[in-house]
Amino acid sequence: MPKPKIAFYWCASCGGCEETVVDLAEDILGVVEKVDIVLWPVAMDFKYKDIEAMPDKSIVATLLNGAIRSTEQEEMAHLLRRKSQYLIAYGACAQLGGIPGLANQFPLEQIFQFNYEGAPTMANAQKTRPQVTTDDQGRTPTLPAMHHVVRSLDQVVEVDYYVPGCPPTPRVTRTALTALLENRLPPKGSVIAPDIALCDECPRKATKPANIAFTEFKRPHQALMDPNLCFLAQGVVCLGPATRSGCNAACTVGGMPCTGCFGPTSRVRDQGLKILSSICSNIAPKEEGEIEKVIEGIPDPVGTFYRYGLAKSLLRRKATLPSK
Amino acid sequence: MTNQTKPSASGETWTPRIVAFFCNWCTYTAADLAGVSRMKHAANARVIRLMCSGRVDPQFIVEALAKGADGVLIGGCHPNDCHYVEGNYKCLRRYQMLKRMIADMGIEPERLRLEWISAAEGEKVKRVINEMTETLTQLGPLGLPQKFDEWDREMEHFAEHVAAREAATGSACPEHGGKPQTLETAHA
Repeated sequence: MPKPKIAFYWCASCGGCEETVVDLAEDILGVVEKVDIVLWPVAMDFKYKDIEAMPDKSIVATLLNGAIRSTEQEEMAHLLRRKSQYLIAYGACAQLGGIPGLANQFPLEQIFQFNYEGAPTMANAQKTRPQVTTDDQGRTPTLPAMHHVVRSLDQVVEVDYYVPGCPPTPRVTRTALTALLENRLPPKGSVIAPDIALCDECPRKATKPANIAFTEFKRPHQALMDPNLCFLAQGVVCLGPATRSGCNAACTVGGMPCTGCFGPTSRVRDQGLKILSSICSNIAPKEEGEIEKVIEGIPDPVGTFYRYGLAKSLLRRKATLPSK
Repeated sequence: MTNQTKPSASGETWTPRIVAFFCNWCTYTAADLAGVSRMKHAANARVIRLMCSGRVDPQFIVEALAKGADGVLIGGCHPNDCHYVEGNYKCLRRYQMLKRMIADMGIEPERLRLEWISAAEGEKVKRVINEMTETLTQLGPLGLPQKFDEWDREMEHFAEHVAAREAATGSACPEHGGKPQTLETAHA
């Protein structure tokens, strides 16, 4: 009996998710023993046309990381959806839009302008920009076009499961792969991580006060942090209360507050609004002007509350941006 | 919430749609008072009664906007009068941050309004709804559902392109007639 076929693919991502697969260390040998990897552009040489030639649904599972920004990524998402029985959004970008989703605050033109002309490290006197098609001595080579909107994978194709994290930890990766190989899969649409807030597994939980009252917000670099005390008790914005657990509280153990990469639990539709609600209701002052002073301690609310979730949020994108 | 939110091409038939979250103890009672007092005000607000302005989850507000509301009005008890002691302060703090955040997301902060209206202030309900209707009429439709559709049109275009290409090249896998491998057969 042939081994089940697995594919790994990356879209708008940094490569960190690929790194996590490698971080399985010797466990990856056990995975490789049981499966046949048919596509993994970061590590192995396969051609897209080989995937196109495979029968539909012949790949058991594709783990796709990265958000969808270009037409190539969109095309590959559709192709891998068609060829796979299970399409798994792997990592925060595929699940929620991730860091690339923050680009939904800016027009595409501004991003191109900066990256190909304005950036201080850029020397491009001709102001050359990538073109979708060019004429090259009779041939017309093409490049993928950029969409105006950054999307999560499930805003483009149907997704069966989500493995959260930026990047997913080896533990959740192992859980997902084991569930898949042993055919013990949760209901379709599940996020493969515990459905409870991060505080549940945070070692600082015992020091979380019953009543929090923020008189100011401190950013982690602005004060010396107590390594054992709940960040919220220290006036630091920690997204733990609105974020799914499963990472073994890697950041709070390491001395940094949670930034929300595991996304919301199943009861929350919009992670950013939920943590905004939680944090702001605990501001101490009761008078408008005083409240405003405390709120100024969070200079970039979109970037703070939607660090990973902007593309998948209720508003998705800055409303005034062009779509053409 | 479908066709009525769509502004007509001329803009003549469009009037703002306001979702109003009123607390049970003060503002909803005030709205009731305005009603029994037969006060006339703009018919643009759809009132949703909640037990407390502190129950207004920012998700409710933004979802209302995302589903086609042009503005959201929140009414609660005056400071120190909250039936649940602190609910209106929680609402105020969330409201102030949310206003800043929706401004960063390209939505005019005037589309959001919080007013303290006691059970005796039926007149204020009338004034606030009229004022807000006026403000939103001047701002024009927010039209987020239409924007979402417009944004996603860039993908429809591509789907057509793929369909056309597949139609031109025939079936995607001519040389493979075999049955697809399933998880069940792989484990058999």
